[in-house]
Amino acid sequence: MTVAFLLAVGSLTSVGIYLITARSLSRILLGFSLLGHAAVLAILGSGGPAGEPPLANSAAPLEAANPLPQALALTAIVIGFGLTLFLLALARRQQLFTGDDLVEDDLEDQRIGAREALAKP
Amino acid sequence: MTALIAATVVAPLLAAAIGLLLRHRSRVRDGVTLVGLGTAMASSFALLYNVASGQSHAMLVGGWSRELGIVLVADLFAVLVLPVALSIIFIVELFAIGQRRTAWGANPELAGPLLLVLTGGVSLAILTGDLFTLFVAFELILVSSYVLLTHQGQQGQIRAGMTYVVMNLFASALFLLGLAFVYGATGTVNLALLAERIPELSDGARLGIGAWFFVVFGTKAAMFPLFSWLPDSYPTAPTTITAVFAGLLTKIGIYAMIRFHTLTGMDELGPVMLIVAGVTMIVGALGALAQNDVKRILSFHVISQIGYMLMGLGLFSAAGTAGAVLFLIHHMPVKTVLFLVGGLISNHQGTSSLDRSGGLVRSRPVIAVLFAIPALSLAGLPPFSGFVAKLAVISAGIASEEHIIVAVALIAGALTLLSMTKIWTGVFWGEPAEASMSAPARPTSAANRRLMTGATCLAVAGTLTISVFAGELFDLSERAATDLRNPSSYTALTIGTPP
Repeated sequence: MTVAFLLAVGSLTSVGIYLITARSLSRILLGFSLLGHAAVLAILGSGGPAGEPPLANSAAPLEAANPLPQALALTAIVIGFGLTLFLLALARRQQLFTGDDLVEDDLEDQRIGAREALAKP
Repeated sequence: MTALIAATVVAPLLAAAIGLLLRHRSRVRDGVTLVGLGTAMASSFALLYNVASGQSHAMLVGGWSRELGIVLVADLFAVLVLPVALSIIFIVELFAIGQRRTAWGANPELAGPLLLVLTGGVSLAILTGDLFTLFVAFELILVSSYVLLTHQGQQGQIRAGMTYVVMNLFASALFLLGLAFVYGATGTVNLALLAERIPELSDGARLGIGAWFFVVFGTKAAMFPLFSWLPDSYPTAPTTITAVFAGLLTKIGIYAMIRFHTLTGMDELGPVMLIVAGVTMIVGALGALAQNDVKRILSFHVISQIGYMLMGLGLFSAAGTAGAVLFLIHHMPVKTVLFLVGGLISNHQGTSSLDRSGGLVRSRPVIAVLFAIPALSLAGLPPFSGFVAKLAVISAGIASEEHIIVAVALIAGALTLLSMTKIWTGVFWGEPAEASMSAPARPTSAANRRLMTGATCLAVAGTLTISVFAGELFDLSERAATDLRNPSSYTALTIGTPP
């Protein structure tokens, strides 16, 4: 069980980070979703062994799963959901401006690039 | 006391909700915004008064037990930073009302409520006593900052906003993973309990957690080499938004770092922090020298100054931490004022580029004075607050015999003065350039201009007050640093007091 958890967290993190290094915002968005899932899984996994649903008056306290990581995970999921929508809106706006959703170089990189282009014969 | 603690967080959020409902009536909206910010600010000053006279308090949200629930802690460090932060936001909102037509751009209806949400996040981040609420507070701040930065939807803002959002989202994801590690290792996210349990971990786990959160908070604080998002995104936003961001956002990262790393006793990370601090100072200052626009120069100085606070923390001595706390208090208003003056300059001339401005010392002497005071303070010249703060950090460095970082700090100070001189000669001396002959892009009425200048004067007066009361503030910073380095007082405050 724990090994499966670790493998899931590890592979989600690596795929997520690989996607975040892409230029296109829609890939970055998918990367963040996967990384978010990895973090939520890691939080759940950090709460100890699985157990009964931790509902008041329904499970014996010792048999119930640890409810605190579940509360933390739930908060993280809600925040992640809002941010996903915001990133989608950002990608859409960039697409309206430039026709694609690529993350562009910052001003300083563009300036250095222009200088190098001038230096070449 | 608990009502005061609650008011600093709840009043802005409540006002944000009311402001959203009444968003179509601009005067009501502005009034609600000012009342919300004013209530939070007044409560924070009352808290400072109470805590400085020896009555620290903690508040249990929702009446849960201390280990499970959310605790808001008003210790000395928190209440020293909180009034400064909230006053800055209040003054910027005054400035923004004066500049309404240009300040918040295309969609001013949303700006007030968003600023209030950001304020609630700032209060929560400063007061919170557990790591997960800190994460939520960071997200509150960041989400409203994402929207404030990009909601005008201009192309440059979207371009810079993408870098900003991606970098900060990545740091947030690392924060969440770090929370999982901390909870897995210790079984709690409460800072006071962490202060007890983290030192008991094996060295590898303990330093791993410390280094992980150094990277997380360091990205928010824009330290080297994680600063690339800052100088690109800040100048694209309207003046008032940049002023709030520059004064507060990176400083909350440093605040969290000071809080977490002193409480959990990460002294072994000190040498790494000092190296990063030195490089951050120099890279920021050199980056500023290469720029040709008031806002971009000031943005690079945000990075450079982070280095000094990191240096104070990295020394891991009581004097160093006190210096970092004092520097934090000095730096927030000074940086905000400089950006507000940058706004006055571009409002007057229609540009903040150095090439296309000049001669402002004759046409607008008031702006020149308003710029000179915080600029000299930023460079660390006596008798301004920057001198006191830098002196505290540097003498702590000498006391710890870290001579290299002291030398680096002095060189960075000289470079800061050089780039302030660059702004001065470019904007204030010389002949008025072409652009300043023409009317500004969007003329503002005389009353609005008076409000903008008045708000800036108020902020300058605030920075001068800090230098007048530097002695008292330094004593308080030393007390705060002693508390920070001695977790038992924080633990007693958070866990030991009756509900």
